[in-house]
Order: sequence, then C-alpha cells, then structure tokens
Amino acid sequence: MMSQVGDAPGAAASEPLVSVRGLRVRRGRVTVFDGLDVEIPRGQITGLLGPSGCGKTTLMRSIVGVQKVAGGTVRVLGHPAGSAALRHRVAYDTQSASVYGDITIEQNLRYFARLIGAPRSDVDRVLAQVGLTEQARQRADSLSGGQENRVSLAVAMLGSPELLVLDEPTVGLDPLLRSELWRVFRELAEAGATLIVSSHVMDEAARCDRVLLMRAGHIVADTTPAGLLAETGESDPDAAFLALVERDDRAQREAHARRRRERS
Amino acid sequence: MNLGRTFATAGRVLRQLSHDRRSVALMLIAPSLLVGLFAWLFVDQEQLFQNFGAPILALFPFVVMFLITSITTLRERRSGTLERLMTTPLGKGDFIAGYALAFGAAAVLQALITVGFAVWVCGLTVDGPLWQLGLVAVIDALLGTALGLLASAFARTEFQAVQFMPVLVFPQMILGGVFMPRDKMPDVLQAISDWLPLSYAIDAVNAVTAGDEGWDVFGPVLIVLAFVLGAIVLGAVTLRRRTE
Repeated sequence: MMSQVGDAPGAAASEPLVSVRGLRVRRGRVTVFDGLDVEIPRGQITGLLGPSGCGKTTLMRSIVGVQKVAGGTVRVLGHPAGSAALRHRVAYDTQSASVYGDITIEQNLRYFARLIGAPRSDVDRVLAQVGLTEQARQRADSLSGGQENRVSLAVAMLGSPELLVLDEPTVGLDPLLRSELWRVFRELAEAGATLIVSSHVMDEAARCDRVLLMRAGHIVADTTPAGLLAETGESDPDAAFLALVERDDRAQREAHARRRRERS
Repeated sequence: MNLGRTFATAGRVLRQLSHDRRSVALMLIAPSLLVGLFAWLFVDQEQLFQNFGAPILALFPFVVMFLITSITTLRERRSGTLERLMTTPLGKGDFIAGYALAFGAAAVLQALITVGFAVWVCGLTVDGPLWQLGLVAVIDALLGTALGLLASAFARTEFQAVQFMPVLVFPQMILGGVFMPRDKMPDVLQAISDWLPLSYAIDAVNAVTAGDEGWDVFGPVLIVLAFVLGAIVLGAVTLRRRTE
C-alpha cells in the first residue's frame, strides 16, 4: 500500500532507477567527471553530499539531461537521461530558484502545471506542502530568498513525478522549515517517489536512506547514514566526512605513488 | 509542436510583460513619440516629413521590438528558468513560438498606435489604403521580434544583446533606403542592401505611401515574412537542451 515499487515486475523493482556508467564531463578545460559510476535505488531518498564544487550539480544536471556530456551513459527509468519519455516523469529543481519573479506564485505554478499536464488542483496541493498558501497571490520577487526557493521546490512537486532531483532545496532555511520540508520529502518517498537531494550540510545525511559522498568529481562513499558512522567510528556526520576525506586522500596518494613506481 | 504549451508560454510572457509597466509604456508609446519628434523637426518643411515619415514608421517599431525581445528572452536563458523548461515536455519550437506569439501580439498593438499617431496627429498622408500601412508596420515590428529572438541565442549577457544593435540593426537602417534611395547607392552597397530584410520592409512602406498596388506592396511584404519565419526557425534550431 505504502509503496508502488511492489507493484512493478520483480526485475524492474530491483533494477536501479538511475544508473550512471563511465560518465565523463568536461566544462571548458576542466574535467569534472572522468569515468563516474553511480546507481540510485528506487523509492528512496538519496542524499548527495559533498563540498561546493565537487560535482553535485553537474551530476544532477546529467541525470535530468541538460548537461552536455563527453562520454558514458546515464539511464533513468530505463530510458536515456533527458529523453522525451522522461520529461513528465522527472522533475528538477535548480540550485537558485528558477521561477519567474515578475508574476505571482500562483501564476508560476499554473504555467508549469500546464506544461507538464498536471491537474489544476495540484497547484493548491503543492502550495500547502511548502507552506505558501497565504502568499499565493504575491509576486515571486517580493518573497524572501527562502520563500522563493520553496516556490521553486513546489514547481518540482507538480504532477507527482517518479523522480525528483532537488539541488540544495533546504539551503538558507531555518531549522523549523528544514525539518518541515524533510517531512514532505519523506511523504513523497513513502508514496513511491524517488528523491535525489543534494546538500553541503553534512548533518542532513542522517535524514536520507542512502548517502553518496562526493569529492572532486568522484564518489568517496556510497553507504547508509548508519553505515557512514559505523565505517568511520565517528559520532557525527561532519567528523565522519572528514575521516573519509583523509582516507580518500591517502588512497589517492598511494595510487599516485604506485603509478610512479610502475613507470620507473 | 503542441498548441496548448505554446499558448501557455505566450500567456505567461504576456503576463510578465503586463506586470512591467515601464516596458509596456516604452513599447507602446516610444515609437509614437519618436515619430512626433520627427514631424516637429520638419514642421516648416512639410514635404520632408511626407518623404521620410513613412520609412521612419518602419524603423522605430522594428528597433524597439528588437531590443525588448532580445533582452527578455536572454533573461529567461540566464535566470535558470530556461534550464528548468528544458526538463519539461515543452518543445523548443513551442518555446520560441510562444515568445513570438506574445511579442507579436504586443507588436500589433504598437504598430497600430504608431500608425494612428503618424496619420491622425502628425498628418502623414498615405496614397494607398491605410490598412496596408498598418499591415506593413505590424510585419516590420514582427521582424524586430524575430531577429531579437535569434540574437538572444548568440548573446551571453544583456550587455552583449544591446551590442547587437550596432552590428545587426544600424547597418540595416543605413543601407535600408531611408537616407538614400537604394537604386542610387554604390553597386556594392546596393547588393548588400538586397540581402537585408529591413530594406524590403522600407520598400513596402514606400510602396504603400506612394499608392502602389499588387506585387509592389505584397512582394516585399512576403520577403520580410520569409525572413521572420527563417529567424524563428533558426532560433528554435539553435536552442539547446544540453549545455556545458
């Protein structure tokens, strides 16, 4: 009842919802990914964590199909990322609020609802979910930064998409609002949706089902919140991340040294 | 193409525009003010206004629509909303057509106001039917819109978009036949002006005010329309779902 995953055929249910194989992305002269492999399980909240500039946004853009890629494959729900069949099943909320500032919140939501063919009643539902029902007739640019981000998040929840890719949706929000939004994310996941949520705040890791720690274009750890602490023996996610970074640094140095030995 | 999404986009652009009072004022009134200024300048040389008034009518709506369209579209590209739209079922053609429809509607309104002002307030005399002058003014404004849409694809900032004025717009104004009849230009310049859409827009206006009929009016009008369609198609083709 709680999960739609059980309704799917056995093979599809165990198959990852997103599978990234050997992804290579270059931005200008900088190589962001050089053969990245990632899998995102179905029906869960996957946290994408890591410092600014580690490639979180680029990975999310690749998954929704707006990133120019140099090689590798990204498949979502069994289709190549960004293909037409996915455009009403996958929703994307960019890092800075991507809504029209010069029209009202309601007009923004109605417009996007028409584009993806969501019912009109969805507009009221998502407004209530992000707690902006009373501001519906205000212009989006009259809102505070945090409120504007919530409008942008509301747009992503229109039409009940199967995959929501949310780039730092809780940045700049107060703790109360943050836990309110995480409650909404949990509800969406329990109704069968898959969520990818990025953050550079490590303590949000605890709220996810699965945690991907990224650093400088590669995955440092693919684990669960409990596993993250258990693996490192630390008591809080921040310390665990630092421990993993140190371990990663050591591994990189050793690999580098080994390559040099092999060459000489 | 999906008509529902195209109209939804056109409606949204018009809604944005209507919330921006200054742009609306600029768009609807500025060309009339410029035509009025021009009429006043030649108040003692009535014949000069009769000669230049009509081609000026082709220029100002063109320039104003070019500016407004290119900057508004560029804002969409830069604000992150275009990236979000590219993840929705909205087609690239739907997007461009939506913009063209919205600004086309604004252009119609603007052209009608400007023509009305030129004829009834400034006393511009037209030998041909007045509706033809209105039609030509509308199509010239549409040309500005279409070229503005296209130009925004090649600009990264608002500043660059404005820089397209001296590159794309001014040469067309100089070689379009307002300052010097096209058949009296040096051969090379005349050959260049034969390739510029605004030249045909001005030809059409001159044909209407001179009372010409048939192909003298509709030939150049069709050529301008072809440029409009070409720019819109090119604008849709150069739009990319995937960016760096």
